[in-house]
Amino acid sequence: MENFTPYSAIFGGMLIGLGASLMLLFNGRIMGTSGILSGLISPSKGDWLWRVLFVVGMIAGATFFLIIFPESTPSRHDFPVSLLIPAGLLVGFGTRLGNGCTSGHGVCGIARFSIRSIYATLTFIVSGMLTVFVIRHLIGIAS
Amino acid sequence: MKVNLMSLLSGLIFGIGLAFSQMINPDKVLNFLDVTGNWDPSLALVMGGALSITTTCFYFIIKRKTPILEQKFRLPTRTDIDKSLIIGAMLFGIGWGMAGFCPGPAIASLGMDLLDPFIFVGAMLAGAWLQGFVFKKR
Repeated sequence: MENFTPYSAIFGGMLIGLGASLMLLFNGRIMGTSGILSGLISPSKGDWLWRVLFVVGMIAGATFFLIIFPESTPSRHDFPVSLLIPAGLLVGFGTRLGNGCTSGHGVCGIARFSIRSIYATLTFIVSGMLTVFVIRHLIGIAS
Repeated sequence: MKVNLMSLLSGLIFGIGLAFSQMINPDKVLNFLDVTGNWDPSLALVMGGALSITTTCFYFIIKRKTPILEQKFRLPTRTDIDKSLIIGAMLFGIGWGMAGFCPGPAIASLGMDLLDPFIFVGAMLAGAWLQGFVFKKR
């Protein structure tokens, strides 16, 4: 556990919660990345600009932070494409089928005590842990 | 107009939070999911930190009749646990465990000088489109 970073985790997490709270307080919406994105795949009139700006904000915020604190930049390069592409397909398909991802279900849904979000979050965390166990420890790649 | 600016601001704070918490580091995500390996519990604290704010704020926000800038709240109302929810979450978890990216951090990583997030996000959008194609347009 020498890579445990509790302070940045808690404070960064609180910022994520602040972003979600502002979205709900001002715009009345759930800050769920997959939901906001899926509204851009089949956009309806008058309902796309706020979504694009949210995405622009996310990219700008993370990029801005890493310019100031470049030591936080992730170092992973050239992860196997044979994992990246099926992973992306599964994440895109699964989050749309299950109506949410880590932000929508995990950060916003649980805060509303939504039973669906609690089930979904437990399911994707356990499923993710089993997948990492299989890939890293049974097959022995990508570690 | 104000709605769009708040959306930008919310995304901006979210993006800073994702970078600050190192949630955008896929290795760190995989180390969190790797409970039988060299486990890194940090991301449990990211979620705990986020939930400490959302649980408190949402409690007061949803007591309001309307949000500040819109006519009404748009909140999910379903309470049933159906197959789509569980299968969708399972598939998402498998993809998350394969590469260490979930949608938020993957999108937030697009400003970095890395190819991997672009490949992942491209596939993710294709997967989301495919879901719409399979389940909604039949």
